[in-house]
Amino acid sequence: MSMPMFSPGADPGSSFPELLKRVGLAPAADFHGDLSVPHATTCVALRFADGVVMAGDRRATSGNLISHRGMEKVVQADQHSGVAIAGAAGPAMEMIKLFQLQLEHYEKVEGSSLSLEGKANQLSMMVRGNLPAAMQGMVVVPIFAGYDLLRANGRLFTYDVTGGRYEEHDYVATGSGMLHAGTVIKIGWRDGLDRAAAVALACRGLWEAADADSATGGPDALRGIYPVVATITAGGWQRLDDNELVDVFESIASEVRSR
Amino acid sequence: MSQPFYVSPEQVMKDRADYARKGIARGRALVAVRFDDGIALVAENPSSTLRKISEIYDRIAFAGVGKYNEFDQLRVAGVRAADLKGFQYSRDDVDARSLANNYAQILGQIFTHEMKPMEVEILVAEVGVTPDTDQLFHVLYDGTVFDERRYTVLGGDAEAIGARMKETFADDQQLGAAVKEATKALSGPDRTLAAGDLEVAVLSRSNGRRCFRRLGDDAVAEALAD
Repeated sequence: MSMPMFSPGADPGSSFPELLKRVGLAPAADFHGDLSVPHATTCVALRFADGVVMAGDRRATSGNLISHRGMEKVVQADQHSGVAIAGAAGPAMEMIKLFQLQLEHYEKVEGSSLSLEGKANQLSMMVRGNLPAAMQGMVVVPIFAGYDLLRANGRLFTYDVTGGRYEEHDYVATGSGMLHAGTVIKIGWRDGLDRAAAVALACRGLWEAADADSATGGPDALRGIYPVVATITAGGWQRLDDNELVDVFESIASEVRSR
Repeated sequence: MSQPFYVSPEQVMKDRADYARKGIARGRALVAVRFDDGIALVAENPSSTLRKISEIYDRIAFAGVGKYNEFDQLRVAGVRAADLKGFQYSRDDVDARSLANNYAQILGQIFTHEMKPMEVEILVAEVGVTPDTDQLFHVLYDGTVFDERRYTVLGGDAEAIGARMKETFADDQQLGAAVKEATKALSGPDRTLAAGDLEVAVLSRSNGRRCFRRLGDDAVAEALAD
């Protein structure tokens, strides 16, 4: 593989997708025909005192079948941000991979990270680029959350199929279980929640979504599969250990039992 | 049409090499040295924004001396090549050796075919999973590649600095000791370099996926004080 060098006029700058186009490696965005692809489901994010909490279940479904039990729909985008996806799993994973690469590529070429706002806009363009595929049913709608180092607070962004970008203040939910999870979080959310309370609230939202929505998976103690829960603060992304989640879900379960 | 004077190829190459060497010798030097947890890169660089040392990939760093715009162009090409390769195959397939070979090709091509050679010397360093797989590739302005084992010096006055490194280098030093040693070699006996005059970065095995990390002035001052 030779080294890509460009004349000043044709230089792709710090954009990785643009570089892929120049060297002929850009992923195809078109799909034709009726496809049955795995879909992924409930993800939530909410703001708390030190930043944001993101959480997502692990189930992917294909029609009425569970196609994957351990899918990770909440992933780290870079040191201070994360993405959660709902929609067609294949294009969504490809989009996330490209998004992560783009943030790292920009950081290395420019010598400094994009601002959180810049990252959110970058993702917006990628969702927009997926529109032709979305028309064929391969919808991808992410949540983007991160810690804004310039403003020193956590921020949340949600998207629609056309790449429309909306900043949410307190919390956001996406996927087929978004109504249930969103309602739980809406009722429980307070300004300045601490970390433990925010994690418990996010998990409670997922629990209720899994309880009422067949496409959302609950905590699977039998196989040891728990939702992905992560916090993003000034110190960066930190995924919660499964051991900690066992306790959180155990206390939810015991509360439900005692009703 | 006037007939150009005949100049022998030996003379052409010699003139180009002299030109490149002069350009490089004007700049300040840089030392890369292995320590117990990876590779430390120490450059004399009073600017805190125009970098000589930077990250290429998870385990690979780049360092250049000489003409800034020229080595920066090579740096960006390296980041692109590495990111593309990692995207196309896997992150594990990106290695310093193939990058160094690519750089050697480009520099060799420019040296023989262009009017002006690049006035740069570059280093491609890769920190291995185990210490015995650490690699330092030193590429010269004409595309010559050296594979170094313990430390390497780039830039003007490299011989004298290299001689000082040879005296003090020891295997399995701590980071602080390695930085201090490299700084002393760079400054020589007649002057001292403070943290503000240096640009320091490390490739550290214990740093997670992305091994590259810059050391701020405070961390450097602390290492030099010990």
